[in-house]
Amino acid sequence: MALISRDDVAHVARLARLDLTEAELDQFAGQLAAVLEHAADVAALDTAGVPPTAHPFELVNVLRDDVAGPCLDRDEVLAMAPAAEDGRFRVPRILGEAP
Amino acid sequence: MTEWEMVVGLEVHCELATATKLFCACPNAFGDEPNTNVCPVCLGLPGSLPVLNRHAVELAMRVGLALHCSVEPSIFHRKNYFYPDMPKDYQISQYDEPLNVGGRLDLPDGTRVGVTRAHLEEDTGKTTHVGGGGGRIHGADHSLVDYNRAGVPLVEIVSEPDIRSAEQAKAYVNELRAILVAIGASDARMEEGSLRIDANVSMRRAGAEVYGTRAEIKNLNSVRSLGRALEYEVRRQVGRLEAGEAVVQETRHWNEDEGRTSSMRSKEEAYDYRYFPEPDLVALAPSAEWLAGVRAVLPVLPSERRVDLARVAGVAETDAAVAAVVQQGLDGLVTAAVGAGADGRLALNRAANELAHATPPDAGAFAKVLRMEADGRLTATQAKGVLAELVSAGGDPEAIAAAKGFEALEGDVVAGAVDAAIAAHPGEWERYAGGEAKLAGFFVGKVMAATAGKADGKAVTALLRERLAGR
Repeated sequence: MALISRDDVAHVARLARLDLTEAELDQFAGQLAAVLEHAADVAALDTAGVPPTAHPFELVNVLRDDVAGPCLDRDEVLAMAPAAEDGRFRVPRILGEAP
Repeated sequence: MTEWEMVVGLEVHCELATATKLFCACPNAFGDEPNTNVCPVCLGLPGSLPVLNRHAVELAMRVGLALHCSVEPSIFHRKNYFYPDMPKDYQISQYDEPLNVGGRLDLPDGTRVGVTRAHLEEDTGKTTHVGGGGGRIHGADHSLVDYNRAGVPLVEIVSEPDIRSAEQAKAYVNELRAILVAIGASDARMEEGSLRIDANVSMRRAGAEVYGTRAEIKNLNSVRSLGRALEYEVRRQVGRLEAGEAVVQETRHWNEDEGRTSSMRSKEEAYDYRYFPEPDLVALAPSAEWLAGVRAVLPVLPSERRVDLARVAGVAETDAAVAAVVQQGLDGLVTAAVGAGADGRLALNRAANELAHATPPDAGAFAKVLRMEADGRLTATQAKGVLAELVSAGGDPEAIAAAKGFEALEGDVVAGAVDAAIAAHPGEWERYAGGEAKLAGFFVGKVMAATAGKADGKAVTALLRERLAGR
């Protein structure tokens, strides 16, 4: 049974703004199904009593003090951008409000 | 047909008063030149890594403790979306394991609003739209982005859908702001965007168990906007429902000038953000010692100050003057005045109404004016005059009263003026005696004129009744 449908791949591709061809949708659906199948092997293990983990390290509370450091030079920063105006990054027309 | 009931939950985004951003050492400052507080981390440059700001965490913990939340071990997630306000194309936020959960906020009127969660996240950059009308996106030619705000620490405080009126929603935000300022978590300046509100609004028949379909209202930049937008939204939703139309679940934009909300876009499903744990940050797990240290620096909260003040003044905690005095920070003054022998009720009312927005006077002098008023040595109007002088120029209340010619009249002077007024106006006196109670005002006016306004109105009225009884 396929763990991921062609429609799922098309949906995820749209969210990631990837323009996939019909052939690529088939190709990636197959490849992603294999990846998910491999990950699904974990389900075969008895994980009762194993707490969920969000990170491979056991380290917690890695923090820095609230002390200001140097920033980048604005001209240098804006020079990296395709376009700038009035000290700001210039971007193409936005089609909707912020999420 | 039963009445409609409004159901509101609020999401309040609050910028924390740190020196630096949440994940990098760039200054957290409002109003600086655009793109001067940026670095590889907040610009999302390749190879840069976030490191969490300890003070931001502590301020967020203060918020949680002040809202009676449980402070829990938490992790950060990436919220993925494409929009130029975040150069990384994701916002680091907290998702299913937030820092603070399950709290509450008690309002001055005695109602309680549940707090679902209060989590840490980073703010986004500021976009300016060029070429459209009034800076709106619609019709804009292009947009400009300033990343000074990108990465500034925010706490998002999410309420339960416990709010039932626009007034209660406004009271919730006002109380929340007072708490945030009191605990030093934020300056909570709405005009600078330090505090931003989204409102989830739905309608249902009174008594119904199930919630209606909700709309999320954005762009509420003041408490006044919040109240207006909620009142508008109630009319809009009830209009649809009574016409047999459905309310659409969507995000709506409040337009302050037009006084209406308009549809922005259908609300994206949560999974569209493809949340996943932020691999560049480890978990946050505040120890009991750390939490105790944060709790120790919390000041007395406004709700606790109201309880204390109400006890001192001998009135109900929900008394409007109690809330006003605490809000104006005058509870210390009133408490001291009561300690110096002033009447609690009088001290509260005079502080709430006469001392708002003024530099508080010396507590001893304040108490003295109140005692002079309570003893009948000053009328209410005279006492307010003395307080105004005390606030603007200072001095001794006795001296101020004397300088203003407010020396108390001997009782027999007032009585003489009352008798003279009665004698001079026998017709009015007969009518007053015949039951025309409003003529009391006529005689009080005559006595005031005769005594140059120095008589106490209440004493004059009492004398009139005495004369009436003795006829």
